[in-house]
Amino acid sequence: MSGLILHGRNIVPGVVEGEALVSHEPISGWGGIDPARGVIIERRHELYGVCFTGKILVFPSAKGSSGWSGFFQTTRLSGTAPIGMIVGRISAKSALGAVVTRVPAITDLDADPCSVIATGDWVRLDNSTVEVTKQ
Amino acid sequence: MYLTDDDKRMRDGAEGDAAAAAMDLLIRYGYALDAERLCSIRNVAGTMTQPSPVKARLVAEGGWDKAFAVINLDSDRDLTIPPMRVPTCQLQHGFGPDSVDIVPYPRANVDLQSDGEAFYGRHGVQILATCTPYQVGNLPMRGEHCAWMESSAVIYANSVLGARTNCEGIASTGAASLTGRIPCWGNHLDENRYGTHLISVSGVLVEGFQDWGMLGYFAGSVSGEDRPVLAGSLSRPDLTELKHFGAAAATSGGVELYHIPGITPEAVSVEAAFSGPVPDAVGYGPAERRAVYETLNEIGSSSDVDFVLLGCPHASLDQIRQTAALLDGRRVSASCELWIMAPRALAVMAERSGYTAVIERAGGRVLADSCPAMSRAAPAGTKVFATDSAKQAHYLPAILGIEAWFGTLKECVSAAVTGRWNGGLH
Repeated sequence: MSGLILHGRNIVPGVVEGEALVSHEPISGWGGIDPARGVIIERRHELYGVCFTGKILVFPSAKGSSGWSGFFQTTRLSGTAPIGMIVGRISAKSALGAVVTRVPAITDLDADPCSVIATGDWVRLDNSTVEVTKQ
Repeated sequence: MYLTDDDKRMRDGAEGDAAAAAMDLLIRYGYALDAERLCSIRNVAGTMTQPSPVKARLVAEGGWDKAFAVINLDSDRDLTIPPMRVPTCQLQHGFGPDSVDIVPYPRANVDLQSDGEAFYGRHGVQILATCTPYQVGNLPMRGEHCAWMESSAVIYANSVLGARTNCEGIASTGAASLTGRIPCWGNHLDENRYGTHLISVSGVLVEGFQDWGMLGYFAGSVSGEDRPVLAGSLSRPDLTELKHFGAAAATSGGVELYHIPGITPEAVSVEAAFSGPVPDAVGYGPAERRAVYETLNEIGSSSDVDFVLLGCPHASLDQIRQTAALLDGRRVSASCELWIMAPRALAVMAERSGYTAVIERAGGRVLADSCPAMSRAAPAGTKVFATDSAKQAHYLPAILGIEAWFGTLKECVSAAVTGRWNGGLH
């Protein structure tokens, strides 16, 4: 086990810790996730069929429809939301999505989060800092 | 984020609790974007009436006021929703009453949506019920700041009309409708409206609906969320071709703004489309065109077509006319259905012009309000569908688990009549 500290820009304030789920590909909201189950449903996506509920979701960017934020808001209302978000490149979709999911979230890190964090790593997200404990 | 005195007054409740909740959301959203300030808008395109299980539960619990508070303002407060502060329209949503007995879609959703239309209509919302508000009278001016969602409408407004909007979401458009404000970020700022990628077309003439869609799909895959500039062997496009081009570019990538020098308003030349040196061009020729065509057709294997879907984004009046002309005197196969999706306002004109009667005599349908992807509904038992839309060919196989063929309008109508796919790239 080893530790790693990343610094970035906070997008939703708060502190949370948990297990990372890392996507190297952008994530679609509408047509890309099933909010009732908290599962990625886009065919050919590297996380097809994987559940993000209760995980800290690490992904490079949001893609696709403007329904992105609404679908992630629905995960909160359905109890299937991730507990935190670490976003490589922010956009209107992912910024609003993190806000309405109401989970601590961060972007603009000093290293590519999708490269230095691996699925299963233990992550502590504290406003503008991310502490990664490699598993 | 800098707030004006008016913003602070709204935040503090001077315009009522709902406007205060809306300003709270805009402040949280502006913080997330690192926006410097908000800008004023008086043109909002959002969605309020589209049925969903969560919305049905909220309406049952506390009426449409509660649904709007939770979903469109992201607020847990008990709010009474006032009239919209600025002009606001409803985009495409679920299927409406005209779909009953045609589309396998829950009657409860149709009724919930009709109830929502009445509520929001009373609050000043214009129920345009289309993904193409720009086809039915909502045409923002060049340079006008807007708050629109629907990726295919956003790219059209930015690129073809020269208006300024980000690809907003349900909560940000809801908050904008009650405040007339939106974060001044991204596409609202001059420096973010220059091109980033140059695509040069040669060896093939991009002409007609299908080719503009394929070029859009290519442009999106090349430029991702950035801003392509198109040059080279291009015909002069019309509204329907740029409608298809933009929808495709927003589907394969996340393009919200592009320039075609000499055609779209913000770039008079290739040089003017970029703020600095013109980048090396990415080529689009016969090989790239063929590759896009094959990507859009890779989900198709059975040539027995049981559903033909036209009108994505919602059809123009002339697309309905062309469909009627191709179907005139023919009959859709008993093993197939043909639907063309259109804004309700244009469906009314199609009926008045006699096009709908021709389409219905042939066994096809003109439907408004929605589409199979939005409402997750296709004719019962559909396994293989054909479409002239790159966007539907991309999304519908994933959403409904069916095979797709992508071709021209003529090929799609032919498939509807024969029940067989016989398309190919020419």
